[in-house]
Amino acid sequence: MSAAYTWGSIFLVVAASTTGDVLTSLAMKQVGDVGSLYRRRGIWPTVSVVVRNPTLWTGVAFMAVAFFSLLFALSWADVSLVAPASASLTFIANAVVAKIFLRERVDRRRWLAAILVAGGVALVAG
Amino acid sequence: MNWRQRTILAGIMIFGALGDVALSRGMKDVGHISLRHLSELIAAIFTPWVGAGIVLLLAFFVSYLAALSFADLTYVLPATAIGYIIMALLARFFLHESISPQRWAGIVLITLGVGFVTSGPARTPTARGVENSRIPPTPEVPL
Repeated sequence: MSAAYTWGSIFLVVAASTTGDVLTSLAMKQVGDVGSLYRRRGIWPTVSVVVRNPTLWTGVAFMAVAFFSLLFALSWADVSLVAPASASLTFIANAVVAKIFLRERVDRRRWLAAILVAGGVALVAG
Repeated sequence: MNWRQRTILAGIMIFGALGDVALSRGMKDVGHISLRHLSELIAAIFTPWVGAGIVLLLAFFVSYLAALSFADLTYVLPATAIGYIIMALLARFFLHESISPQRWAGIVLITLGVGFVTSGPARTPTARGVENSRIPPTPEVPL
């Protein structure tokens, strides 16, 4: 039962974190390169375009849910399991979801990078 | 990828790692905060280390948003995982923690992963072409 709660809460962290990252990425793709926007319009119009994007705030809200889910998960299980498991699984989940919803070209090189980094993060954070 | 974009990616790694270390250092000074005394949490924000950590993490988030405007999520996330290595090295030299063989193995894997992803393109080409500051200008966004 306790294992089910632990992995359930890790799943919640990964799901909320991945949704937050993907929505934030979608928002910034909608805005376009802020560097060229800044050169054409200046700083405040650029900031205005970014902060008025509703997708960005939805993404930030999911990031907040991920943060509180992590706190919740830490109350159920050891930090030595929750921190590396959620951080590394988020890399893999992001690759899957970005390929499907953001239509990013996740080729063999990017899969390999996501898997290596996920393994590395699990070892460093563990 | 031009120097400005590389600087933004470096900003994600450096601000993220320094922010986490500053917060961790600050919260060690503040000590345990009970849920019944949440006002202590507000007071903690104004301590130098926690305040510095929050400012650094805000700088991290601005750099992260800027990077996502010119590069794919599946490029930015693995490429900036070097931040984990910076954090381990800061903990080693600044907080005098030891790095176990397991962590060294993790550092090697992250380095390999970063090497793989950064040797490829940063952005998936779209119908409008590769959205990169050096190629086509982004369309006008109504203000």
